[in-house]
Amino acid sequence: MTNTGLGGGFALIGMAESDVGIVPEKSPRELCVQVTLDAIHDAGLTLKDVDGLITCNAFAEPIMYHAEAVAEYLGWQPRHCVTVNTGGGTTFMAINMAAAAIAAGMADTIVVSMADSLRSFMTREQAMIVQSSSGHPHYEQPYGPTVPAYYALIARAHMDRYGTTEAQFAAGAVSCRAWAAQHPKAQKRDPISIDDVLNSRAIADPLKVLDCSLVSDGGAAVVITRKDRAKDGPHRPITMLGYGEGHAYEHISQAKDLTTSAAVQSGRAAYAASGLTPDDMDLLQLYDCFTPALLIQIEDLGFCEKGEGGDWLASGVTLPGGSKPLNTHGGMLSYCHPGNPGAMFGLTEAITQMRGDAGERQLPDIKTTLCHAQGGIMSSHASLILGVED
Amino acid sequence: MAKPVPQPTPTEQPFYDACARGELALQLCQDCGHRLFYPRTHCDQCHSHDLIWQTASGAGRIASYTVVRRGVSVDFEAPYVIALIDLDEGPRMMSQIIDADPESLAVGLSVTVDFAAWSEEITLPVFRLHPALAGDDS
Repeated sequence: MTNTGLGGGFALIGMAESDVGIVPEKSPRELCVQVTLDAIHDAGLTLKDVDGLITCNAFAEPIMYHAEAVAEYLGWQPRHCVTVNTGGGTTFMAINMAAAAIAAGMADTIVVSMADSLRSFMTREQAMIVQSSSGHPHYEQPYGPTVPAYYALIARAHMDRYGTTEAQFAAGAVSCRAWAAQHPKAQKRDPISIDDVLNSRAIADPLKVLDCSLVSDGGAAVVITRKDRAKDGPHRPITMLGYGEGHAYEHISQAKDLTTSAAVQSGRAAYAASGLTPDDMDLLQLYDCFTPALLIQIEDLGFCEKGEGGDWLASGVTLPGGSKPLNTHGGMLSYCHPGNPGAMFGLTEAITQMRGDAGERQLPDIKTTLCHAQGGIMSSHASLILGVED
Repeated sequence: MAKPVPQPTPTEQPFYDACARGELALQLCQDCGHRLFYPRTHCDQCHSHDLIWQTASGAGRIASYTVVRRGVSVDFEAPYVIALIDLDEGPRMMSQIIDADPESLAVGLSVTVDFAAWSEEITLPVFRLHPALAGDDS
């Protein structure tokens, strides 16, 4: 069964990002409050025009009733107010839940807002332990797996099954960094080579530190409303053309297949809802928590045959000037990765490119974008296809 | 901090009791014949609760592995090997492969179960390369 009913009826009319990277001067709650207001203002609205808030909790400052706390901070009593958590997939699942809530009459205009500060409000040890606690407390965590180790298990299985090489994984990191070099806000902007990745510090074989995403602070928010209400704002509305989810398992040791993910299901549902195909996507914003995740999404979302993701990435097609621009802000590998909000920055970059507001890094004719996020260890997937009308 | 130690539920206790005896125990569904891991109240194939415990052979193969170079906490001294093991009886489990030269590991190699104390109360299964594959010093 596909989750397609909301495609085409809803639009993203406002967006905001905080400063990203190392942002010690604001707590996660304060970042979330800031981007909530900024996104509403970007939509040409004020708080009284918005009646829904959806947030994600923060690892660095957990709050039992997170969304309520953010609303309270603003002295705001929205009609619909809820905190969701599906890990890294929270982003687009929350946006789909916002559209569903509007369709159900629970609110007219909703802001989806999230922020976290893994870099400045946690020690490195705390950040590692809290993230690896996604592992099963009885059957995984006692053995000492790290999050890179979980993804290394996937990488090794892909190498064994399809002959994928460490250099092919590295090509994804090189591509993201090449784009980040063009973005003034990116946390890491110095260009890197395949050899730089291969020679970087070993973390969990075959993954090196440059195969791993950043540890960052930052937040972002978007405003969603029905398409027929979206015409009067200051920006070109971005239409949600299709959306799909896939949920396979929670713990990697329970995966039926280590090398093919439920991005197959989420992608199929989103393509079906939009009536579009992978070839129609002008821009890809995929979930690059680790380079093998990026490579497997490329395969599972239909940009090449299964097992050929390594060759596809190594061909340079995603680099600046290539035919399939990917993570043009630099992705979580180079722009920022504050934990669960990570994919929001792929979304804000997609909106920026589709509005035509990307300045020096603006790409010509970006009419459709595929945004993808995942939670867990390639466990749950959300694919969101966005479009802009002429 | 110390290494995480399971706190078994009553459903799980027979698994840990078996580990303490040096046996790897799996649940078998009496209705559909599926063998389960991890322990559950219901079969994850047919959802029957008619499950019995059986001792597994302890033999399996490496489905995937990684050599962790940066440990998750100070309680885990790197390098160490995390692996997914496909047991001969069917289920897959995460474990460590101990006393192995990382260079000698590969997907598909045969392993056998061993047991290691994680606390005074809890013993966990770990794996070694099959004796025919292990080097002279292991």
